[in-house]
Amino acid sequence: MSAEDRRAGNEARPETFGPEFARRADEIVARYPQPRGALMPLLHLAQDERGYVSLDAERWIAERLGLTPAYVHGVTSFYTMYRTAPAGRHLLQLCTTVSCMLRGCDRVREHIEEKLGIEAGETTADGLFTLVCVECLGSCGTGPVLQVDDDFYEDMDLERVDALLDALRRGERPVPGAGPRRAIVE
Amino acid sequence: MEPVLTRNVGIDGSQTLGVYQARGGYLALRKALGLTPDALVNLVKASGLRGRGGAGFPTGLKWSFMPKDPTPERPNYLVCNADESEPGTFKDRLLIENDPHMLLEGTLIAAYALRAERAFIYIRGEYAYGAKTLIDALREARAAGYVGRDVLGSGWSCEIVIHRGAGAYICGEETALMDSLEGGRGNPRLKPPFPAAHGVYGRPTTINNVETLCCVPFIVERGADWFKAIGPDEKNTGPKLYCLSGHVRRPGVYEAPMGLPLAELIDGFGGGMLRPGRALKAVIPGGSSTPVLRAEECAGLRMDFDALAKAGSMLGSAGCIVMDEGTDMVAVAERVAHFYAHESCGQCTPCREGTGWIEKVIARIRRGGGRPEDLELLDEIAQGMQGTTICPLADAAAMPCRAFVAKFRDEFEHYIERGRPLAAAASGTGA
Ligand SMILES: Cc1cc2nc3c(=O)[nH]c(=O)nc-3n(C[C@H](O)[C@H](O)[C@H](O)COP(=O)(O)O)c2cc1C
Ligand code: SF4
Repeated sequence: MSAEDRRAGNEARPETFGPEFARRADEIVARYPQPRGALMPLLHLAQDERGYVSLDAERWIAERLGLTPAYVHGVTSFYTMYRTAPAGRHLLQLCTTVSCMLRGCDRVREHIEEKLGIEAGETTADGLFTLVCVECLGSCGTGPVLQVDDDFYEDMDLERVDALLDALRRGERPVPGAGPRRAIVE
Repeated sequence: MEPVLTRNVGIDGSQTLGVYQARGGYLALRKALGLTPDALVNLVKASGLRGRGGAGFPTGLKWSFMPKDPTPERPNYLVCNADESEPGTFKDRLLIENDPHMLLEGTLIAAYALRAERAFIYIRGEYAYGAKTLIDALREARAAGYVGRDVLGSGWSCEIVIHRGAGAYICGEETALMDSLEGGRGNPRLKPPFPAAHGVYGRPTTINNVETLCCVPFIVERGADWFKAIGPDEKNTGPKLYCLSGHVRRPGVYEAPMGLPLAELIDGFGGGMLRPGRALKAVIPGGSSTPVLRAEECAGLRMDFDALAKAGSMLGSAGCIVMDEGTDMVAVAERVAHFYAHESCGQCTPCREGTGWIEKVIARIRRGGGRPEDLELLDEIAQGMQGTTICPLADAAAMPCRAFVAKFRDEFEHYIERGRPLAAAASGTGA
């Protein structure tokens, strides 16, 4: 999505958060010695609510915390977990850092790309999956690891990837965590 | 060794207050509240505990830098660094997910010793389950009177705030972490001033790693001498979590005394090499920023701060990455370089440009476009990054680069001459 599309999209969608969001925001702000400390948690909250951090969300948060929208956007864009555009229904994040690499994550990546018909960074045509490659997820002992939304699926080999993606397609959610110990993907 | 930090791991309900208390949890906090803050600082000093976050700074000494006269206008803060993002490192996650009350208890005792009435736990954003586990534990601890106003009737109050990061390795660096906690981009600050004088919101702050804080209840409960007796010498004490990954049969987090022989970690705990018939080729001992060691340098090596420094590397976060003889070291070097290029915050030119340049040169070599002068070039770039930047991320990128080139020069040269890896290194980097 280009910056212009994004602006246009945001204008078309009224984005002010409701009273429940405001109440939760107050609760978070109260935890910090200064309101701006609440900026990151509020960005997380907005993203949980909408699936991404829209310009309107940034404006809302800026106003609540007494910051400028430009400052808030500077923070949003610094962190890789904040998205400024919607992702697919499921965000697949594959770790491609050293330990996962030694355990075969490159093969896993090729397999997912082939299976979904997309490259890392893209979303499937049905809007179901977005695949991205990420840096170390802290699962090095059970790599390769694939994070699906908030859940870690570990020890991923090609069969486990197939089973997982097929289940997600059916609307099921396999139990996250490590798999049975297995031989390396050769 | 009897498990200490991992003693509750694998026990049903280990995350709950009930199980934690049934196994002696929070007795150390009660004991600590009966001591003065100064006595606690001295106890931790006497234990020889050194920080488990990477640099190995003596914890008691760090604590002693904090002002003794905080006021409501100028309070002291404690921050627990649960950002854990160094490749090869996954020990803090184990502690947080399996034994959150141990971390809360360590945090509370440390906060009391530091005269802090507010502590922050900064947990990396990706650890959503860990954050949830901590939040649930915090709710239980508050209801039981361990957190909040007038902790256990001691007159001392303490609030704990759990703060989630959002995907930035640099936020593990303590000054970047503070900026992030204040609601900013994670840009490291120049030191001095040090956090003990000017930390979060400009207030005196101490930052400690998760594993460091988890050692504290045991020191209070069992004494400094008990802690000191674990480990090879006075400067390397206590139980330690070692992270083992790569080409071993049983990767994982293992607890053993500080100074564990590397061979015991790989062959004993790790069950030896993953693929039968393949010999050990190299080890990155302490997370991907620590210089790689060739197999022959590993003979008789112990995993502690001083032994690894003597061997020309570092204990770092004890994230031990094992590679067998099928490993393409140029490919590994490229992946490591990519990480630091991706994670540079961009404030300092030598780091912003240098990390990206190193990655580009190694990538070019791997694609077959290497030039004979490239290896000198890599060394020059790396040299120009060391000691010239605001924070140590530039060194964290430069050190492994120089070590890979110096120790596996033949593999780089082969790529440069033939455009492909040495035959022996051609298979099974997992790539
Ligand atoms: C680039 C960089 C990343 C770091 N990442 C972490 C981290 O993820 N966790 C951590 O505890 N320390 C990390 N550190 C070290 C911290 O700056 C700090 O030294 C440490 O948290 C202090 O705790 P300790 O004294 O208990 O070891 C990092 C340092 C640098 C330079
Ligand atoms: S050394 Fe790199 S990461 Fe550290 S402050 Fe400078 S640019 Fe940022």
